[in-house]
Amino acid sequence: MQFLGGNRRKLRLADDQRNACYPHSLQFYLQPPSGNISLIEFENLAIDRVKLLKAVENLGVSYVKGSEQYQSKLEAELRKLKFSYRENLEDEYEPRRRDHISHFILRLAYCQSEELRRWFIQQEMDLLRFRFSILPKDKIQSFLKDSHLQFEAISDEDKTLREQDIMASSHSLGGVQLELESVYKIPFADALDLFRGRKVYLENGFAYVPLKDIVAIILNEFRTKLSKALALTARSLPAVQSDERLQPLLNHLSHSYTGQDYSTQGNVGKVSLDQIDSLSTKSFPPCMRQLHKALRENHHLRHGGRMQYGLFLKGIGLTLEQALQFWKQEFIRGKMDPDKFDKGYSYNIRHSFGKEGKRTDYTPYSCLKIILTNPPSQGDYHGCPFRHSDPELLRQKLQAYKIPPSGISQILDLVKGTHYHVACQKFFEMTHNVDDCGFSLSHPNQFFFESQRILSGGKDFKKESVQPETPQSKLSVQRSKDASSALASLNSSLEMDLEGLEDCFSEDSW
Amino acid sequence: MEAFDPAELPELLKLYYRRLFPYAQYYRWLNYGGVVKNYFQHREFSFTLKDDIYIRYQSFNNQSDLEKEMQKMNPYKIDIGAVYSHRPNQHNTVKLGAFQAQEKELVFDIDMTDYDDVRRCCSSADICSKCWTLMTMAIHIIDRALKEDFGFKHRLWVYSGRRGVHCWVCDESVRKLSSAVRSGIVEYLSVVKGGQDVKKKVHLSEKIHPFVRKSINIIKKYFEDYALVDQDILENKESWDKILALVPETMHDELQQSFQKHHNSLQRWEHLKKAASRCQNNSKNDKCGPWLEWEIMLQYCFPRLDINVSKGINHLLKSPFSVHPKTGRISVPIDLQKVDQFDPFTVPTISSICHELDVISTKEEEKENGAESDIKHRTRDYKKTSLGPFVKVFEQFLENLDKSRKGELLKKSDLQKDF
Repeated sequence: MQFLGGNRRKLRLADDQRNACYPHSLQFYLQPPSGNISLIEFENLAIDRVKLLKAVENLGVSYVKGSEQYQSKLEAELRKLKFSYRENLEDEYEPRRRDHISHFILRLAYCQSEELRRWFIQQEMDLLRFRFSILPKDKIQSFLKDSHLQFEAISDEDKTLREQDIMASSHSLGGVQLELESVYKIPFADALDLFRGRKVYLENGFAYVPLKDIVAIILNEFRTKLSKALALTARSLPAVQSDERLQPLLNHLSHSYTGQDYSTQGNVGKVSLDQIDSLSTKSFPPCMRQLHKALRENHHLRHGGRMQYGLFLKGIGLTLEQALQFWKQEFIRGKMDPDKFDKGYSYNIRHSFGKEGKRTDYTPYSCLKIILTNPPSQGDYHGCPFRHSDPELLRQKLQAYKIPPSGISQILDLVKGTHYHVACQKFFEMTHNVDDCGFSLSHPNQFFFESQRILSGGKDFKKESVQPETPQSKLSVQRSKDASSALASLNSSLEMDLEGLEDCFSEDSW
Repeated sequence: MEAFDPAELPELLKLYYRRLFPYAQYYRWLNYGGVVKNYFQHREFSFTLKDDIYIRYQSFNNQSDLEKEMQKMNPYKIDIGAVYSHRPNQHNTVKLGAFQAQEKELVFDIDMTDYDDVRRCCSSADICSKCWTLMTMAIHIIDRALKEDFGFKHRLWVYSGRRGVHCWVCDESVRKLSSAVRSGIVEYLSVVKGGQDVKKKVHLSEKIHPFVRKSINIIKKYFEDYALVDQDILENKESWDKILALVPETMHDELQQSFQKHHNSLQRWEHLKKAASRCQNNSKNDKCGPWLEWEIMLQYCFPRLDINVSKGINHLLKSPFSVHPKTGRISVPIDLQKVDQFDPFTVPTISSICHELDVISTKEEEKENGAESDIKHRTRDYKKTSLGPFVKVFEQFLENLDKSRKGELLKKSDLQKDF
C-alpha cells in the first residue's frame, strides 16, 4: 500500500486487495498502519477522530447508551466524519482506512498521562460497543475469527443439553428462547467478570456465554490490550516527540480533549480582586459560586474547597500575589492569626501555583474530575451541585438564583438522568438568556470564559493573549488558525513515514 | 490415645521429624515431577520455632536438604508459600523489584469460628461432633464445584489440626492463575454475605444459579440431622427468634404462636415451610415460598470462605503433615471417598503416634535382638502407626498427579511426533 503525497496521483489498488486489507467495518486495531501519508492528512485524520471521540463522549452523557437516539446520532456523526461503522455499504475501503490510521495517531497523543489514557480508552470502547451492536448476526462469527478470538459457538445439541442450566445462569437472557440465541463456550478464566458474580453457567472449566455477554468480554479484552499498548507507546514517545513536525500537533491534540486545560498564563493579571464578588454572581458556574459564597460567609474553606476554587481562580487569571492576598484577607476576617495563615496556608497556595516542592503547575479541575473524585461531606462546599446536592436542596439553590420554575424542572430532570454537564449548560442558558449556549460544557473555566464572552458583547475575552492551544468554543474541534499556521510554516508536502512510527505500537503481544 | 502435653513438643517433634514425617512423598508432591527447573528450589517455606520465633523465606535444594534442615530446626509449625522467581533464601541478593511470587496452588481455608453466629454447641476454637457436620457439608459443596464447575482435577483436602479444613488445588494451570481470577473463584463460591451487623446474610434472586441449586441439594441431605436434631435450631424461643429474624415480619406473629404449640424443631420447621409457601410477596427483599426455606438453610449450613487466604499468590498456609502446637494433632489429608466418616477426634496426635512408635520399636527389638539398622526402620516407620492410612491417601493423590503429568507429556510429544 503506497500513497504519494502532494500533487502526485494516488495509485489505486485493485478492489479485492483493498477489501482484503479491511474485511470488516470494525476492528481491534491489532496491527499498526504502514505506508506514507502527507502531514496534512495526518493532521486531518487526527482532528477528525478527536471530533468523533468527543461526540461519543457527549452523546454518552446526553442520551442513554444504546437507546435509539444515541444510536442514530452516533451513526450520523460517523457518517459525517467519514469513518466506518456499518457493513455492506458502498466503497467501505476509505472510511475503514481512515478509522485505522486515525486511531493509531491518537494513541501517540493520548498515551501521555493516566487521565488522557483513561478518556481515550473509554471513548474507544463506547465506539467499539456501538459498532458491534449494529453488526449483523451472520457477520459476528467471521469477525471474531478474523480477530483471532477463540470464541466458538456451541452446537444446537450441546445447547439443548444444557438449556435449563444456561437459562438459570444468564441474566441477559430474560424470557428469550435459547434456540434463537448463540451460546459460546470459552475457558472460565476468560469470563472473569461473568463467573465471579455467578452470571454464567460453568461446566468442567468452561463458561457457556450467550452472545450479549460475549460483548462484555470482548470489550474487556479490548480495554486490557489497549491499555497495555498505550503504556508501551508512552515509553517510545520521546523518540516521536523529538520529531519537530509532530510535536506541536500531538500537544495540540491532547489539550483539546478537555477543550483546554486552562492552565494558560494568557489571562494573567486581567482580573482584579474587587471584581470577584460581582463576577461570582454573573459568570461563575454554580459550583464556584457556592464556594465563593461559603468563603465569604464563613471566612474559611476546607482543603477540597480551597483546591477546587483556588485553581479555578488561577484559571480566570489571578496571579499568585493576588491569590495570597485574596485568601489571607478572607481568613483573617475569620479571626485567623496572620502568622498562622503564612505558616499553614500560604505554602499550599504557592504550591498549587507551582512555586514549591516538585513545582507542578496544577491545572484547574475539569467538570469530570469534580464530579468523579473526592465527593463532599458534611462541612464541605466543593463538588458539583448538580451531582452532589440533594434534589430538594438543589431546587432551593436554583430558586435562590432566580431560575424560573420551568427551567428548574428541566434541570432536575437532567440531573435525574445523570446528565450533569447538560444540566449546567441549561443553567448557563437560563442565566444568560440564550436558547442555546453554543458550547459543550466540560470545564468550570470554560463556563466563565463563555459567560464573559457573551457579557462583553461577543468579543473574545482577552483573545490576543491566548496561546496556540486555543479554547474550543464549539462542539467540534476546530482547527485553530494558530495551529494550522504553525504547521503551514513547515513544508506541507512533507511525507509522514508511518512505518517509522510502527515501533511505537508494536510488540510481540498485541 | 496418649494425652498431648504441649510441653513435650520439643522431644516429640524431634522423633516426629526423624522417623515419622513422610519426606519422600512430601518432596514428590512439591517437586511436581521435576518438569519445571528449580520449581522446588524456588518454593518458600516458613517455620515457626519454639518461643514463637518466626522465620520466612526458607528454601531447600532437594529432599535431603529439606530433611536435614527440618531435623535441625525442629519447627513447631511449617507453612508453605509461593514458588518465586529466585531462591527465597537468597531474596536479599536480588535486585529490588525482581524477586516476585510466580506460582502457587489455589488454597482454601474453612474455619469453624466463622460459623459462630449459627452454631449453638460451641464457639471460637472449640469443635464437637455436633458442629463438625458443617465441615462435612463444606467439603462436599466446595469440592463438587471445584471439580464439576471449574474442572479442577487435583484437590487435596487436609484437616487443619484444630477447627477447620484446608483445600489445596494443585493442577498445573491452576498454580499459574492470577490473583484476580482467584478472587473471582472465591466470589463465585460465596453465598453468605455480611458481618456481625447484618442479620440476614443470604438473599436469593428469582433465578437460582446451578451452583446454588446443587449446593442446596447437598445441604438437604444433612439438614434434618444436623440443624433440626443436633443443633436443634428451633428448640426454644431464644433460638427460634434468630430464625424469625430471617423471615418477613408479616409471618412473625403466626409463627410465634404455632411454634409454642409444636414440640420439637422438626415439627416447627415443617410448619415454617408450609407458612412460607402460603405468604405473599410484599417487597422485593422479602422472599417467600421455597426461596425463604433455602435462604435459611444456606445461612445455617453453607460454607464460609476467607477470601484473603485464597486470593494472594504469596499467601502462606499451614503445611499438610504439620503438627498443631495446641492440640498436637497432625494435619492429615482427608479421604474424599470417606468424607462423612471423617472424625477429627480420632486424628492421630503427635504424642499418640510417637507412643505407638515406641511400643512397636521395643517389640521389634525384643524380637530381633536390636539387630535391624535404623535406616530400614525410618523409611517405613509412619506405616506402622496410625499415620499410615493418611499417608496412603496422600500417595493416591500423588499417583493421580503423576498420571496427569504423564498424560500431558504424551500429548505434547504426540503433537511433536516424537517417538
